[in-house]
Amino acid sequence: MSIRFRLNGVDREVDADPEMPLLWVLRDLLGLAGTKYGCGQALCGACTVHLDGEAVRSCVTPIRRIAGRSVVTIEGLSPDGSHPLQRAWVDLGVPQCGFCQAGQIMTAAALLARTSRPTDADIDRSLAGNLCRCGTYQRIRAAVKKAAGIAEG
Amino acid sequence: MVPARRWLMAGMALVAACAGRSPEPARSSTAMTGSGPSELREPAAFAAIADPTERSRALFLEASRVILHPRCANCHPDGDSPHQGTQPQLHDPPVTRGPDDRGVVGMHCDGCHQDRNLELARVPGAPDWHLAPRTMAWVGKSPGAICEQLKDLKRNGGRTLAQIVEHNTHDELVGWGWNPGWEREPAPGTQERFGAIIAEWVRTGAQCPSQEARR
Repeated sequence: MSIRFRLNGVDREVDADPEMPLLWVLRDLLGLAGTKYGCGQALCGACTVHLDGEAVRSCVTPIRRIAGRSVVTIEGLSPDGSHPLQRAWVDLGVPQCGFCQAGQIMTAAALLARTSRPTDADIDRSLAGNLCRCGTYQRIRAAVKKAAGIAEG
Repeated sequence: MVPARRWLMAGMALVAACAGRSPEPARSSTAMTGSGPSELREPAAFAAIADPTERSRALFLEASRVILHPRCANCHPDGDSPHQGTQPQLHDPPVTRGPDDRGVVGMHCDGCHQDRNLELARVPGAPDWHLAPRTMAWVGKSPGAICEQLKDLKRNGGRTLAQIVEHNTHDELVGWGWNPGWEREPAPGTQERFGAIIAEWVRTGAQCPSQEARR
């Protein structure tokens, strides 16, 4: 089945089973490997991308759902890695192993798009489904606040 | 005898009659069906209860076997987080209902739950997956309290009794309770029979069981 959608601002068309998870399309068919496979069950958040601006787990999103819609991955968050979150991530040295970080940033970006000055509780609730096995949660929270222009108390 | 006990006795008499241990007149053979934990009795099984008010209460108690089943009650929490499992546990990952009962930004229900079950990933799904509003909480409440709440326009989303029948009979998210996917225990009976029980409950006056009554 042919499915058209917009990916990182560019119109794309893929020919695939409509039940194929979006993550498979991104990584295996389109070669965008920034989005990670973690659990395959929507439990870890490593595969988070934006679908019409909302954070979704691409490992469980069938591509029939994205037809005619807009998908943004970590590669499309900014043209040159200059999104405030990406800058804050670098400034604070957030990642350790890095595997979960694309998903963390995509969820955080969805949060900041809706809530420009999130509280700690906002950040914790929104990122509660993004697991980091290295335990970088405190740095993640600090970086989200830095990106939002909130001084750490 | 309290009303609930009285209808229960009537039901037991029905079973005894079908087992040939009572002089009660024979009932429809279908009156025997639906007595197991996974089944739901059909409305005709309650015809032996002559008093319409008592029959209506008995019908709601039967419906409460579905309403309070974890497949249904898990998403009618009296709090901000749904439960999951047959021995209900807090939803994992930790999610909160958010302003419209569909999660918070970054953790919306449909960020993971699709419009149908995903058997390989084991993620349950149905159209418009979301939590019931706080006013429709069922967890921790008696069938009688749920019944009163269900009829209260201020707490039931402004639904008329006819709309409640329609919702329970045809809503696809309600219907997921009988099609939960991946080894999950379905709610008792079928959605069609549940809808028929609710319809008969309404037809008999939508009476509520006492606060103490349990099924």
